Amino acid sequence: MSNKYNFDYLDELEAEAIHILREVAGQFEKPALLFSGGKDSITLVRLAEKAFRPGKFPFPLVHIDTGHNFEETIDYRDRMIARLGEKLIVGSVQQSIDEGKVVEQTGKNASRNALQTITLLDTIEQYQFDACIGGARRDEEKARAKERIFSVRDEFGQWDPKRQRPELWNIYNGKIHKGENVRVFPISNWTELDVWNYIRRENIELPSIYFAHDRDVITRNGQLMAASPFLNMDDEDVVVNKKVRFRTVGDMSCTAAVESNADLIDDIIAEISQSKISERGARMDDKVSEAAMEDRKKGGYF
Amino acid sequence: MNILKFFTAGSVDDGKSTLIGRLLYDTDSILADQLEAIQNSNRKNDDGTIDLAILTDGLRAEREQGITIDVAYKYFQTDKRKFIIADTPGHIQYTRNMVTGASTANLAIILIDARNGVVEQTIRHSYLVSLLGIKHIVVAVNKMDMVDYSETVFEAIKTKYENLAGELKLNDVTYIPVSALKGDHIVNRSERMNWYQGESLLHFLEQVDTGTQENSPLARMPVQWVIRPQTDELHDYRGYAGRVVSGTFKVNDKITVLPSGASSTISKIEFFDKELEVASSGQSVTIHLATDVDISRGDTIVNSSALPQESKLIEADLCWMDTKALDTSITYLLQHNSKVTKVKITDVVYKVDINTLEKHAADDFRLNDIGRVVLKTAEALAFDLYGENKANGSAILVDSRTNLTVGAAMFRALAD
Repeated sequence: MSNKYNFDYLDELEAEAIHILREVAGQFEKPALLFSGGKDSITLVRLAEKAFRPGKFPFPLVHIDTGHNFEETIDYRDRMIARLGEKLIVGSVQQSIDEGKVVEQTGKNASRNALQTITLLDTIEQYQFDACIGGARRDEEKARAKERIFSVRDEFGQWDPKRQRPELWNIYNGKIHKGENVRVFPISNWTELDVWNYIRRENIELPSIYFAHDRDVITRNGQLMAASPFLNMDDEDVVVNKKVRFRTVGDMSCTAAVESNADLIDDIIAEISQSKISERGARMDDKVSEAAMEDRKKGGYF
Repeated sequence: MNILKFFTAGSVDDGKSTLIGRLLYDTDSILADQLEAIQNSNRKNDDGTIDLAILTDGLRAEREQGITIDVAYKYFQTDKRKFIIADTPGHIQYTRNMVTGASTANLAIILIDARNGVVEQTIRHSYLVSLLGIKHIVVAVNKMDMVDYSETVFEAIKTKYENLAGELKLNDVTYIPVSALKGDHIVNRSERMNWYQGESLLHFLEQVDTGTQENSPLARMPVQWVIRPQTDELHDYRGYAGRVVSGTFKVNDKITVLPSGASSTISKIEFFDKELEVASSGQSVTIHLATDVDISRGDTIVNSSALPQESKLIEADLCWMDTKALDTSITYLLQHNSKVTKVKITDVVYKVDINTLEKHAADDFRLNDIGRVVLKTAEALAFDLYGENKANGSAILVDSRTNLTVGAAMFRALAD
C-alpha cells in the first residue's frame, strides 16, 4: 500500500482539519466560524469549503469588528462573503462601547484588543452559539500549546486549563451543559509556515496588507505601527514612510508591521523560513507579561 | 515529506523537557523573541546557561511548580519531516495525560536516567506504550555526561531493558546514549561516545518508517455528515462525508453499511472539486453510493469483504481519567468514532499494577487505574480489535452528569 506515501504533510493536516470541522457540524446545534480577516481564518474558510461543498456551510461566519480595521481587510471580507454566498454576522466593539458595556482604553498604548472579548461573549450569547471555530494554532504561544482542539468554555467564556478534558485518538467530546460553549481549533497542529505553504499550494487570495507595501508608520516600543486615526499619537511620534507588510491581521492599534520587500508569497515563505521573530512577537498584546495569553484565554479570549 | 508524531515519557528528573528543548534549540526551531523571553526569565541552569526546559512548560501553575502537568504539543520541522511532539508528564498521578499523549503517537521516546537505569517508572511508561500499541520505541539513555559517557553503563541498561521489552512484546526498540543538557547525540553525533555506532536521535526520527506497520488494511469510514445541497441543480445529490480511518476504498468496491447491514457499491469518491479513484487511510472525502441506502451520522461504511465485529458486549482495556471513581451502577456514554451510545461497565475483570505489571481483582476503579473490563452497550458497535486496527478499536467514555471524558477504552475481545 503505497498510497499513504503520496499523502504529504499538508494533505494530512488538511484531512485532519476537515474531519474536525465535520465533527463540529455533527455534534453541535448552533456552531459559528470566527472570521477575523487574517490568514488563519481565511484558511479555515477554504477548509470549510472542502468539508461541506457542494452543500452550504452548516454555520455562519462571525466577525468581531473592533472598528479599528485595516480597510483592506473589510474589503476582502465583503468580497469573500459575496463569492461564498454564506451568512456573515458582525459583532461590533463600537456598539459595545456605545452601549456602555465596555470602556475605551486611554493613553498612548490604548487598543481595542481586550474589548473584543466582551463583544465576542455578547455575540455568542445573543445567537446562542454552542461552538465557535477559530484559527488559533498551538505553535503560536505556549499556553495555546496545551489547549485542546475542542476547548470547553464556561458560561462566562472562561477557559480553565486545569479542567481540560483528555483528548484521545481522533475522538472529540463536544458534550456541554446549557450556557457553555466549545471553542474548536481545527488547525491546532499547523505551524505558521504550514499555513503559508497551504495558502501557496491552494492559491488562496489574501488581504493585500500581508504583502509589502508603502505605508506611513511610527516606531512604538521598538515596533512599527501603522499611523492611523486609531493610534494615540503625540509630538514624540515621528511618522516615516516605509516598505512594510503585516504578519498577522488584528486591530490597527495593536498589530505591528515588519519592514519587508516580500511582495510575492514565495518571498514571504522565504522570509519566514529565515525569520527570527515569531508572528506573535509582532503583537503588542502578548508583551505585557510571560503569562499574558494564559490570562486572556481564561477571560474568554479566542 | 510526512509527519511523525511522537511522545516522550519520563519525569522532570530525567531531563525530558531539556531533551525536547534541546531538539527545538538545535534544529533552530526557537525564534529570537521566544529565546529573549526565556533569557529574561529568572530560571537558569547552575552554570548560567539558559534552561531549555522552560520552552515546554506552558502554564503558569507549571512554571511555579517546576513540573509538567498536562500535555503540551510542540512542533518542529527539518528538510525530511514535520514533527509533532506530545510532551507529557511522567509521574504516576499523570498516567491519564500520558495515555492521552500516547494515543496519537507513532513513536515513543522512553527516557532513562543513566545514573538510575531501569526503574519503576520505566516499567510503567513502557507498559503504557505497549497498551496504546505504539510500535516504535526509542530508549534514550540520558545524562551520559554524569556517568563519564561510559559504554558499560549504557550496555547494562540496554540488557536490562531488553528483558522488559520481551515481556511487553515491544519488538522495535532502538537504544541511543544521549546528554540532552550537553547536546550529545541529540541532533549531531557526539565525539565523546565514539564507542556508539548508531545514529543521533534526530537522524533516527527523520528516517524511521512508520507507514507500513500502522496502516490496517481493513477499509472503514465512519460517516460524520451527509451532504445534501437540495438545490435545483443538485436535487438528488447525496454524499456521505467522513474520514477513511483505515484501509482503502475504490470506486466500484462493494461496501456494507453498519449497523443496518445494507450493502451497495461505491459510485463516486469526491474530494472538493476533484473526483478520486481511491481514498486511503487518513483522507477526508465524500463517498457516493450506487443505490439509495438510509445512512446517517454514526454509521460506518466498510468494505464488504472484511466486515468488523458486531457486538453489544466487549472486553476492553480501560484507563480511568476522572477524579470521580468508576460507578458500575450507572450508565455512561461511549463515543466510538462518530457514534455515541449508552454503556455500562458490567464487570471489572482485573486491574493492573502498572509499576509491577501484576494483575489483581478489584472492587474499585479510580483516577489513573488501568485494567480489563466488560462493556455492555445499548446499541451494537461495529468495531475491530485495537491490536488490529487502532482507529476502529478505541473509544472514550463520557459521564453524562458532568460531560467530562472519564475513560479511554481499547477493545480487546468479544465478551460472552
